[in-house]
Amino acid sequence: MNVVFLVFVALGVLAVAGAINLIAQRHPIHSALSLIVVMVALAGEYLLMGAEFIAAVQIIVYAGAIMVLFVFVIMLLNAGVEERTNLSHIARWLGLPVAAILVAELGWAVRRGSIGAGNIPAGTVSTSHLATLLFRDYVFPFELTSVLILVAIMGAIALAKREE
Amino acid sequence: MVPVSDVLVLSAVLFGLGVIGFIFKRDIVTLFMCIELMLNAVNLAFVAFSRALGQLQGQVYVFFVIVVAAAEAAVGLAIVILIARNRKSLNVERVDSLKL
Repeated sequence: MNVVFLVFVALGVLAVAGAINLIAQRHPIHSALSLIVVMVALAGEYLLMGAEFIAAVQIIVYAGAIMVLFVFVIMLLNAGVEERTNLSHIARWLGLPVAAILVAELGWAVRRGSIGAGNIPAGTVSTSHLATLLFRDYVFPFELTSVLILVAIMGAIALAKREE
Repeated sequence: MVPVSDVLVLSAVLFGLGVIGFIFKRDIVTLFMCIELMLNAVNLAFVAFSRALGQLQGQVYVFFVIVVAAAEAAVGLAIVILIARNRKSLNVERVDSLKL
């Protein structure tokens, strides 16, 4: 029981509590704020595991840009409390058991196999090593993402444009 | 020292909560947030494996997942705005034209 493990457990509990609150809240803006809590807790986990660059990107892009987009849309649409309707039959009789089985199976597979053996080593990942890998070995996928973002921007503008 | 299996269990729990939320919730914007939650859970597993195996490729994949999530959120939320404008509702039960 060292300090690192205790911090890991505390951040994990915070993330799971945020995720449960996301599901439990009826108002979308409360769900969005819960999701921001989850993302900040996960950024803390990345920092704990030594992935500094990913932690920074998580805060800036996820908790910053993407969630601002969500909150912006919720405010723009003036979304109110979610109305309760009955779950469809397929969701109730097939979806919930399948979701429960999926979680149980994932936990079981992680616990029994050698896949989760070992510990996260101490120390941090050098961002310059990551940059070397990204801009040398993965430079073609990296350039492709710029095309993807361009297409996404054009798609969003074309969709959101008010037709005459 | 954090065991890898504990990180993976946390990742599995977050992914499962995302799946359950996706089934339970009726609000389109909240459904999107559940998808983002699942992507975050997968990213956590990627980073854990990347650190445990000493391979940086896992973190490059996380970077790409974040980029794709940003593009997906931009297009998806534009579609949500269109649906809200046409159907005057954010409930997925009201968007059932493709339902048998």
